[in-house]
Amino acid sequence: MNTDASVTSQASVAALNGPRWSAVGNVITIAKRELTGYFTSPVAYVFIVIFLLLLGFFTFMVGRFFQRNEASLFAFFMWHPWLYLFLVPAAGMRLWSEERRLHTIELLLTMPVTAWQAILGKFLASWAFLAIGLFLTFPMVITVAYLGDPDMGAIFCGYLGSLLTAGAYLSISSMTSALTRNQVVSFIISVVICLFLILAGWPPVTDLLVQWAPTWLVDLIASFSVWPHFETFQRGLIDSRDLIYFILVMVFSLFTTGVIIRSHRAG
Amino acid sequence: MIKVENLVKAFGPKLAVNGVSFTVERGEVLGFLGPNGAGKSTTMRMITGFIPPTSGRITIGGFDVVENPIAAKRLIGYLPENAPAYTDMTVMGFLRFAAELRGLRGAARDKAVERAIELCFLESVRHQSIDTLSKGFRHRTCFAQSIIHDPDVLILDEPTDGLDPNQKHEVRTLIRRMGEKKAIVFSTHILEEVDAACTRAIIIDRGRIVANGTPQELRQRSEMAGAVTMRVKGPTAAELRDRLQQLSTVRKTLFVKEDGPALCARVVPSPTALDGQLEESLFDLVMREKWRLLELKTEEGRLDEVFRSITLPDTAPSKKE
Ligand SMILES: Nc1ncnc2c1ncn2[C@@H]1O[C@H](COP(=O)(O)OP(=O)(O)O)[C@@H](O)[C@H]1O
Ligand SMILES: [Mg+2]
Repeated sequence: MNTDASVTSQASVAALNGPRWSAVGNVITIAKRELTGYFTSPVAYVFIVIFLLLLGFFTFMVGRFFQRNEASLFAFFMWHPWLYLFLVPAAGMRLWSEERRLHTIELLLTMPVTAWQAILGKFLASWAFLAIGLFLTFPMVITVAYLGDPDMGAIFCGYLGSLLTAGAYLSISSMTSALTRNQVVSFIISVVICLFLILAGWPPVTDLLVQWAPTWLVDLIASFSVWPHFETFQRGLIDSRDLIYFILVMVFSLFTTGVIIRSHRAG
Repeated sequence: MIKVENLVKAFGPKLAVNGVSFTVERGEVLGFLGPNGAGKSTTMRMITGFIPPTSGRITIGGFDVVENPIAAKRLIGYLPENAPAYTDMTVMGFLRFAAELRGLRGAARDKAVERAIELCFLESVRHQSIDTLSKGFRHRTCFAQSIIHDPDVLILDEPTDGLDPNQKHEVRTLIRRMGEKKAIVFSTHILEEVDAACTRAIIIDRGRIVANGTPQELRQRSEMAGAVTMRVKGPTAAELRDRLQQLSTVRKTLFVKEDGPALCARVVPSPTALDGQLEESLFDLVMREKWRLLELKTEEGRLDEVFRSITLPDTAPSKKE
């Protein structure tokens, strides 16, 4: 019976290239398709324009960037977690709900790819899309460099922290988009979870909580929050604990995405 | 190539597939027939590894679909029900994507895409976005995806659904031709397709196989199989009925009716009559009575009748417990 499988069909040639390489190849192929998908619709451009406009508005109008008279991007970065709160779920809500709505998930998962390759490929594509949006804020860097003498290392850390925050939110959006084929529902659930992740460690909220609850509990809740971890990066520090936090959030959410997808298929 | 043993799928308390077993070898085209909701799509989803079976075993070319899914999936080309496709891609882009996931790169990929475009007549829409395609083209685009890697096993869920009669004919021809070298399973509820493309057919109803055989064998199960229809001029209806009754080769006369200037009658052979004996005795009768014979035709049996008699209609009242 096994001789049947070794016929020289074109597909089995790929198998000779080794499983590890074909895994990377599959992730890249899926990511490429997803990323191209963003840019074939005008939504992507609208999204990026809104992102940049809002960032500009908060940085200059609300954050009073110029009045601060600082050669730093603090007034710029501090808005990122709040903006991402809505923009990242908007970018991620279609990841799996669209596959389920169009039934293309049946095509994708009957290809010789594993579910985690598909989950990772799609996640990386969206993350790359967000990274492109973030990259387009480079005029900010040029501006501060022109006006003063900023700490480039701190700016790099700021961007890294911002990108990781976006990644954490995105992994949560991936999870909620696997939950439902309705993109709006997926968006809302994901905003709620991300909001919790900010508020749990946001100083105004923690200050309030301390009056009600024991400190250890407040600290415990705060430890789930992105806020303190994001802040360390903004202070120009890269701490392995913060890196681990973001990686854990992403791994956990993407793993849960896999569990949800598997449970749908099991019926 | 395809071996399915005791396949069961439960959705909650409901058994969508209940103990299905069959095998398909290379060179066979298996028609999967059944009314809506019979469990055809569910069976195919399990064969292609999309949903796990509740129990039972499926092997593709020796690879267990549950234990070794990637190796099994490599051998399969699959056209899901309703031909899903990424609507934001062009036909070419979509086929390239499918080819790459099948491990084809560079020139091999482009060659495979060209071949699929040619086989599925997609030349005129190759650069068109999938969401602007007509249903027929979209269906063929998804079909092209399933054959892009020239798979040994093809699973096609209603491959002719939504096509016009010419396109249906072309797809059937394609299936029959590819069936010479592959193991193919395709589902349909159009009975003529069984004759047009299958070497064997399975009829499934409420999750169970109720018939399995060549189209010829299935037809034999029809009430009508072997019945003879004749048209004669000469006798009156009563006369003809009487004479037919007297023949030992006739079990039953189904009808005698006026047909223009002639009479038309249909008789069922008695179980003891050998092949051709009924026709012979009818011919002798006509000669003896000096009637004139206009037509004598042996019925092959009709698939739709078999289908109706062994599957229950959707609207049947469910059993009260
Ligand atoms: N994901 C699912 N959850 C619950 N029931 C399902 C699911 N998929 C199919 N079914 C049920 O299983 C039965 C068989 O469906 P299906 O395999 O699609 O039939 P067919 O393709 O023969 O028309 C139907 O009664 C359908 O309602
Ligand atoms: Mg179906």
